[in-house]
Amino acid sequence: MAQATETTSKRRGKGKEPPIARDDLLKAYRDMLLIRRFEEKAGQLYGMGLIGGFCHLYIGQEAVVVGVQMCLKSGDEVITSYRDHGHMLATGMEARGVMAELTGRIGGYSKGKGGSMHMFSREKGFYGGHGIVGAQVSLGTGLAFANWYREDGAIAVTYFGEGASNQGQVYESMNLAALFKLPCIYVIENNKYGMGTSVERASASRDLSQNGAAWGIPGEQVNGMDVVAVREAAERAAAYCRANKGPYLLEMKTYRYRGHSMSDPAKYRTREEVQKMRETSDCIETARKLLVDQFAATEAELKVIDDDVKAIVQDAADFAQQSPEPPESELWTDVLVETK
Amino acid sequence: MGAVILMPALSPTMTEGKLARWLKKEGDAVKSGDVIAEIETDKATMEVEAVDEGTITSILVSEGTEGVAVNSPIAELDGGAGAAAQTMHGITNKNPRENEKMIADSGTRQRMEGTVPAAPHTPPPSAEKDWGPTKPITVRDALRDAMAAEMRADKDVFLMGEEVAQYQGAYKISQGLLDEFGAKRVIDTPITEHGFTGMAVGAAMTGLKPIVEFMTFNFSMQAIDQIINSAAKTLYMSGGQLGCQIVFRGPNGAASRVAAQHSQCYASWYAHCPGLKVLAPWNAADAKGLLRAAIRDPNPVIFLENEIMYGHTFECPTDDDFILPIGKAKVEREGTDVTIVAFSIMVGMAMQAAEKLAEQGISAEVINLRSIRPLDTETIANSVRKTNRLVTLEEGWPFAGIGAEVAMQMVEACFDHLDAPPVRVHGLDIPMPYAANLEKLALPRLEQVVDAVKSVTYK
Repeated sequence: MAQATETTSKRRGKGKEPPIARDDLLKAYRDMLLIRRFEEKAGQLYGMGLIGGFCHLYIGQEAVVVGVQMCLKSGDEVITSYRDHGHMLATGMEARGVMAELTGRIGGYSKGKGGSMHMFSREKGFYGGHGIVGAQVSLGTGLAFANWYREDGAIAVTYFGEGASNQGQVYESMNLAALFKLPCIYVIENNKYGMGTSVERASASRDLSQNGAAWGIPGEQVNGMDVVAVREAAERAAAYCRANKGPYLLEMKTYRYRGHSMSDPAKYRTREEVQKMRETSDCIETARKLLVDQFAATEAELKVIDDDVKAIVQDAADFAQQSPEPPESELWTDVLVETK
Repeated sequence: MGAVILMPALSPTMTEGKLARWLKKEGDAVKSGDVIAEIETDKATMEVEAVDEGTITSILVSEGTEGVAVNSPIAELDGGAGAAAQTMHGITNKNPRENEKMIADSGTRQRMEGTVPAAPHTPPPSAEKDWGPTKPITVRDALRDAMAAEMRADKDVFLMGEEVAQYQGAYKISQGLLDEFGAKRVIDTPITEHGFTGMAVGAAMTGLKPIVEFMTFNFSMQAIDQIINSAAKTLYMSGGQLGCQIVFRGPNGAASRVAAQHSQCYASWYAHCPGLKVLAPWNAADAKGLLRAAIRDPNPVIFLENEIMYGHTFECPTDDDFILPIGKAKVEREGTDVTIVAFSIMVGMAMQAAEKLAEQGISAEVINLRSIRPLDTETIANSVRKTNRLVTLEEGWPFAGIGAEVAMQMVEACFDHLDAPPVRVHGLDIPMPYAANLEKLALPRLEQVVDAVKSVTYK
């Protein structure tokens, strides 16, 4: 039942049918670029003191959420950890509202009361944004439980890092999901480091895609730096879940270029290691090359996308600084839902 | 278009740092992501990356300079279209008035720190109405009937927990529910409190209304992160978008001879946390009326039952619509000389004490809290203003306990009416012993309540 195949676009030789339609790849390129530029801008605003507290950037990992999101339908749910800005943008949440939450303003998705790690959009099926490592895995299993309970055909995608994958509640949740056959895709974003601890020093398992094997949950290792490979694997996972066969596990081998959070000097890895990943495996460069080589995309065509993305991010940054701080009356709202 | 690269803040607390090393020099071209310098703070050495592309025209702070203030210019950049956007200039030029306002606002914020707006005062719901005829039922059946009634009325309500379905409940609270509602709405879970509590909270975030039974509240500690960090806080953190209508229920407090890990009161633990409601029924009517209200309440509710009370029989209204308000205490017995405040099983002991005291000519008023959070301070204060004396009674530990909170609230609300310092009667400040004689001594005793009343009435 369990498979351990690493899928990668490298196996695609020249002359074969492209594994993705041109428009889909263009959209993936744009979505990944939006996340990249957004995160760079967030890092910059952080440096200027406009964003406080914790700020975990997604730079490097963009292909994961963009590739998976391409397989989701309206009504499906997404939940993730605190490295969540990319997931919000991928689900279609407005860059303005996300950035304004980062600056703690009333125009933010949580009116400035949640911050970087706590944003939600029921409309877009995004259920956070959770700050406790591993907690979102049980919650995401609950989203899938709700789909099972309602028999609405929707599936839930639960993202977590390889660091969280060692949490006890992850295994409790996988058991529950397998037991009740819940439509849940567990996506482990293995970016190799749980804060400063490499996966080799934290996990006795070398193949995290098999972490659900005890409960018969099928798993795949996927090249998470390749949006096409991610999408292919996510298609298989989504089809499995939609067929009411139960949960599915994807281990995305990915990499974060920045530190764990803004205040992480990242001394646990060499500069050369980071540079090598950026130069040889960058998801945006890979997609760009594919667009140019196989789909005859022109520089002018791609520049329109680049400029469009830059404008969205600049607009979000401006909005995030112009939106006022929440009024003091907001201190006492939303503690409880008011009842008669 | 020229631009200035500023000294970045690398942590929320950083105000200045040392510019340790430049990795680029004047005339070098940089692009997004390039490391341009290294900065040292008292905590760490960090790399500074360029945000946009351009050419460094001049370096303003030489390497090795200490005490460089955050946001001060460290280099100038020329070129790329996005260059201006990475500087403070880019922002001030764009909207200088807004920037001034931001600075002014931050000053206001600092000044305002001493004058945080007060919590809004929520008036308690109106007094309990007369529900007409009653019949005797056990607390156990009252709880079951409450769940069954709400599950009939709302298909989004379901029960999950260990042994709730096929076994009919570890304490037989869910007797018959599996037969009536089926396996999809009465769900046996594996023994994984952390996992299934998180799963229930996630389901509640989508609008389902789970009732989670903990076999005892002692096991809720395995899941307390999901209860507090996920269920209680998400509404606030989401700016009101994502509520969590869920009930966590089960027996709480000491049972009998089950020792320290299985004999503990969680009222104070959960009542400490904003975003939760905490209820503790005493008799069958409390159990039925409050549980129905808890299931209908759009917030997460902790519902603390008591194992010893399950088999006790009380009169309970027969009206199909019977429900009790959350946040309203009940005066179980009127009196004039002293107010005894209790909840759950201790209400019974307070009633016995009042009986004994009456024989000795002391008139005690007994308040059954029913709701720990929100606390009905108005009902308690009205009573204390009349009796001028207060005794609190609880099974739990004294330190930061419910008695401590009630006493302090009364000191704040009606200090001038108190003719004696309030006295707390409570479980001893120790883990629960197993031995029968020691267990008895560790829990509140009737004579302690009587003595406490005598001490505050100087008799």
